[in-house]
Parts: sequence; structure tokens; C-alpha cells
Amino acid sequence: MTGTLAEKVWDAHVVRQGQDGAPDLLYIDLHLVHEVTSPQAFEGLRLAGRRVRRPDLTLATEDHNTPTLDIDLPIADLTSRTQIDTLRANAAEFGVRLHSLGDSDQGIVHQVGPQLGLTQPGLTVVCGDSHTSTHGAFGALAFGIGTSEVEHVLATQTLPLTPFKTMAITVEGELPPGATAKDIILAIIAKIGTGGGQGYVLEYRGDAIRALSMEGRMTVCNMSIEAGARAGMIAPDETTFAYLKGRPHAPEGADWDAAVEYWKTLRTDDDAVFDAEVVLRAADLEPFVTWGTNPGQGLPLSAAVPVPELIADEAERTAAERAIEYMGLTPGQPLREIPVDTVFIGSCTNGRIEDLRSVAKVVKGRRKADSVRVLVVPASARVRLQAEVEGLDVIFTDFGAEWRNAGCSMCLGMNPDQLAPGERSASTSNRNFEGRQGKGGRTHLVSPLVAAATAIRGTLSSLADLDLPAGTDLSSFDGSPLAPLDPAAPAVL
Amino acid sequence: MEKFTQHTGVGVPLRRSNVDTDQIIPAVYLKRVTRTGFEDALFAAWRGDPAFVLNQPAYTAGSVLVAGPDFGTGSSREHAVWALKDYGFKVVISPRFADIFRGNSGKQGLLAAQVSAEDVELLWKILESRPGTEVTVDLAARTVVCDDVTVPFTVDDYTRWRLMEGLDDIGLTLQHADEITAFEASRESWRPRTLPARHLPTVPITPARPA
Ligand code: SF4
Repeated sequence: MTGTLAEKVWDAHVVRQGQDGAPDLLYIDLHLVHEVTSPQAFEGLRLAGRRVRRPDLTLATEDHNTPTLDIDLPIADLTSRTQIDTLRANAAEFGVRLHSLGDSDQGIVHQVGPQLGLTQPGLTVVCGDSHTSTHGAFGALAFGIGTSEVEHVLATQTLPLTPFKTMAITVEGELPPGATAKDIILAIIAKIGTGGGQGYVLEYRGDAIRALSMEGRMTVCNMSIEAGARAGMIAPDETTFAYLKGRPHAPEGADWDAAVEYWKTLRTDDDAVFDAEVVLRAADLEPFVTWGTNPGQGLPLSAAVPVPELIADEAERTAAERAIEYMGLTPGQPLREIPVDTVFIGSCTNGRIEDLRSVAKVVKGRRKADSVRVLVVPASARVRLQAEVEGLDVIFTDFGAEWRNAGCSMCLGMNPDQLAPGERSASTSNRNFEGRQGKGGRTHLVSPLVAAATAIRGTLSSLADLDLPAGTDLSSFDGSPLAPLDPAAPAVL
Repeated sequence: MEKFTQHTGVGVPLRRSNVDTDQIIPAVYLKRVTRTGFEDALFAAWRGDPAFVLNQPAYTAGSVLVAGPDFGTGSSREHAVWALKDYGFKVVISPRFADIFRGNSGKQGLLAAQVSAEDVELLWKILESRPGTEVTVDLAARTVVCDDVTVPFTVDDYTRWRLMEGLDDIGLTLQHADEITAFEASRESWRPRTLPARHLPTVPITPARPA
């Protein structure tokens, strides 16, 4: 049978085919849980006298509400504390494995699954969180669900679902130096729009995608949801296998061989047909930033804030007018001249070790601009440990940045890390909605490299704006290690 | 979920149309971590008004809400159904429901019975002239009986079947528990499990401090 990657994974999980337009019953291989969307689901189980069917396919972490400073002190905010205490009580009662604040496996749920080797090709992965699409980077079918679906999965390890449509997004060629995975996905969203992926699973293909590391692929898949898609996927290959090999939950020995053999079949057949196709040329990409209040309102950094009068489409024009007003910008203002107050480097989009390494390469031996506050928040406690082994924390603090504990942090400001009203950030996260990072806060989404250059200059900037020594090879600012690793250190991040 | 065949209880005339989910339960209540105990949140903005229907003793114990058209519009929050149920409502009657609200109700055992606008008017008149009148809603016969008046209501067959069988979504899926178990038996043994936990050696994490 021929099919796309998404269809193959779907078909392998149908417990019961829906008849007469009824949904299929789909088996779920991995259910990730965090403190915000799970309390009512667990209570529903309790009220109905049900148990968690497969605690051994369930994993919980604390991330959205956790503070990034003073993690050994009680959490000051009452709502946050209640949510975390509730998760702890539920995990204990239902026998679910939980990685709590202060534990070395704690972190953002979408980093913890991959780094433990739990996220594997061909799995169905769900979580009560829209950025579950991140796990699609491994060739898993991974998507966010609502609270009543969380309860459904806890109780039955299945979900009734109607099949998604499929869209191929091919990024051809090679990325120019200084452009990253983040720029690819921002450009895709700007092209197809925030609703362009609605109802689809996006499959990212092409040379530029193949060339990405797992971290970069996760960045791309992470933001599929910002194009409205249910999920994003990338077919597994040697890069995927190399990332997984040796991780705590990866298969071993003969199991590994069997798994790899199966994983290699997880690719879209040559004669399979997608419901829609989009093609981008990587060579055209440059560092991208958003100027507006949704992730689709982005432009190359060399451009200027749009002039609404020049926008033909009326709905788009009013949206642009509103966004420009909220963002406190002037139409026609070059993006490069926009000054920021805060640079946030972190989140499940760009808080991984590779992101931190590339930022460190740029800021090493420099000082941040006096006018900016710089926050570096690793995606997980292991990422933090790894960065400290490599000495990145020292580079950051010498630079003038704040080095924090792991968590979602300023990505959504549920913890104390927030923008003040009117404050402006360059943020490596995934959402620039009004008030997302704090009431009245203004967010520009950027790549880690742009964040680093912006922290140095104080205005939105890219590597090209820095006085790098003549002849510096920009393509060297990728995620490769800065220095040889301490052989005793955990090397698998 | 309890099986629903027939229910008798005090009818509450809510002479309002377009009651959206923000009016049923304001957003501030969504921060809670429970899914019960929302009775105080129901119609929170109106409950302060002594003239509001639920503040009148004859209606306080009501369990059948009779509302105007377009009930449950607005945000998709499931909390709206929880609040109605927690207060004690078993049935909401309206000439027209918002789709998502109707879907959420059916899933959680609250009957959303659609009655024509004229019949709603009739029910209002009876309930207002004799506060505390009981209403009997018969799901098998699809009728609402109030005093000497009997009016029909509509509800889709699937929802009706689920309510009468007392099946929520999870209950429905669990009817196929054998198939789920069979599927599980066919899964490759190397597929990952979170338990027993495996990880790199635990390392103490030092808290970051304010600069
Ligand atoms: S980092 Fe941001 S987007 Fe990612 S899970 Fe946390 S809050 Fe959601």
C-alpha cells in the first residue's frame, strides 16, 4: 500500500475503523502531561471511578508555572502553586511518573520526551498542549489535545479521531549563512498564513530540512501549529537515529536493530499524493522577524514595518493597522531600527543545547547593550547541566545575561518572568499574541542568532550587523560544540 | 454517567435570549483546577441581583432551565456545562442552542432539549404564574409536561441514545475495551515505556538566584 508518512503512522494505530463517517479509534503510544491542562482530567477519572489505563505510557513534567529563580523556595503565586501541587498529588495517586522542579529530568515537556529517548519515529504522541507538534520532528504523529481528550487518553489510551489531510512543504536547496530553522518556519507561516495549515498534517521535506539537526527539525515542527496545522512531521533518517541512539529510553541491542528497520519504512512513498503542496527555496531565506501580533506577520529583517494603506486586502489591512498600533511601531520604519528592552532566549522552540551554543558563539567575549535585559532559560534541567559543562553559562553571565533554571518562563509569562506593559522583546519563542509575554508586552519572534545580535546592539539585528572579524565564516555559527566536551559529562544532549 | 430516561423537577423561566458562555460562567472562574464546585460561578454576574430568577425562593431548587433562543453561544468552554450541572440542572430547554454547547452537554449528561419558541413562551407563562411548578421531561417520549400542557422537544438520536444508555465518550470507547487490549498485545515490545523510569544519573540542580 502506498501512502504518505502521516497516513502510514495513522494506519498503524487504528484500533477500530470508524463506520459511516464515525471517527477511527486511534491508539496512543505516548501521553505527555503537564500541570495546566491535566487537573480536571484527573478529577474526571476520579469522579467516574476510573484508573489511568497505561501509566507506563504516560509521563508528566512541571514546566508552565515553574519559577526560573529560587526554585528551592515555595512558589509565591497561589494559582501556580495550586496547579503544581495538584499535579503532584494526581501523579502520586494514579501512579504516573512525574519530573518535578529541582529534578534533573524536569523541563519543558517537549524537550523532556525527546531527550529521554521516549519520542521515537512512528509513534502517536499527544499532550494537552498545542506545541506537541514538536515531536513530529522524529517522524511521530504528534498533536495537542483538549482537557476532555486528556481524560479520554488517560482512561483508554485511545482517541476517537477523523483523519487529517496532508500537506507537503518542500524547502529546496541550502540555507544561506546566518539563516536558521527558525527562519524557515517563520517564512513558511508568513507564506501560508496562520490558518493555511488548518486541518492538515504538514510534512516538511527537501534538502534544507534534511540538512537540519534534530534540534532544528524540532524548531520547525514546533511552530506547525502557528500555521493552524494539527501536526508537523519529518521522515526519520540517519540524523534521527543518531540522536536517539544511547538515550535512556531508546531501544537497545536487537531491539534497536528491529526498531531502525521499521523506522526506515517511515517515509512517504514516491507515488503517494498529498492534499496540498507548497515549495520554498532555502536560498531566498534570510533572518526573519515578526513585526505584528500573530506569527504570520513576519518579514525579512532587511524589510520595513508594512504600510497598511498599501495592503490591498481589507481584512489584512485592518489587522495590520491594529497590530502596528499595539506594537507601537511606525509604518515604513526599518525593522533593523526597532529598539528592544528584553531579549528572551528559551522555550520549546529555541531553548535547546544547540540554540544556546549558537548564541554563546556570537556573544562570547562581548557585553550586551546597556539598554537590554537578557534572559537565557534552558528548555530543561539537562540542557542547563550540559550548557554548564560546556561553560556556556559563564559566557552568558560575562555577557551580562541572566542564566536561569529550566521552564516555559517568558514564553507565556505564567511564572514571574513577564514583560511590563509597553515593554518590547526579541524572543526566540513561538507566539507573539497580544499580552502573551505579559499584559501590554510587545513581542518580536526571532531566531537565536538574531536574538544574540539584538542583545549586542540593542535593536533588532542579525549577524551581518556585527563587526565580526573580516572573513568570518557565518556558517560556523551552527550548533556544533564550542570546545571538546568533558568526557565524563553527559554527552547525549 | 447516569442513565437519563425521565426527569421531574422545578422549572426555571430564564427570559433571555443569546445567553453566551461568558454569562453562564465568567472567565475568571476558569483558573480553577477542579471540575466540580462551579455552582457559585453559574450566572455569576446576575446572581448579585435580588430580582434574578434563581434568587427567588420558589425557583432556587430548580433543575429544568427554560431559556430563550441561542443558548450557549461564545467560547467553547466546557465549564459552562459543569456550572449548570453543579448547580443542579438536569435539562436546559431552548428554541436554539449553540452547536458546541449542545455537543458538550450531550457528552456530559446534561439534556439540551430543543422546544419551539411558541412552546417556550407557553412554558414561561405557566412557570411565571405559578412559581415552583414542576416539569417532567421524558426522553423516551421526547416530551415536556408542565401542568396540563405537554409539548414535544427534539434531540438528535445519537445523543438521546447515549443519554439513555448513560454513556459518556469514555464509556463508549470502553465498550471496545477488548479491541484495545487485542491491539496492545500486537504492539512491538521495543516501543518505549515510561516505566520503569530510565535516565542519566541524577545530578543536583542548584537554584539560579536573582542577580
Ligand atoms: S515553552 Fe511556551 S510554547 Fe512551549 S510548552 Fe511552554 S508555554 Fe507552551
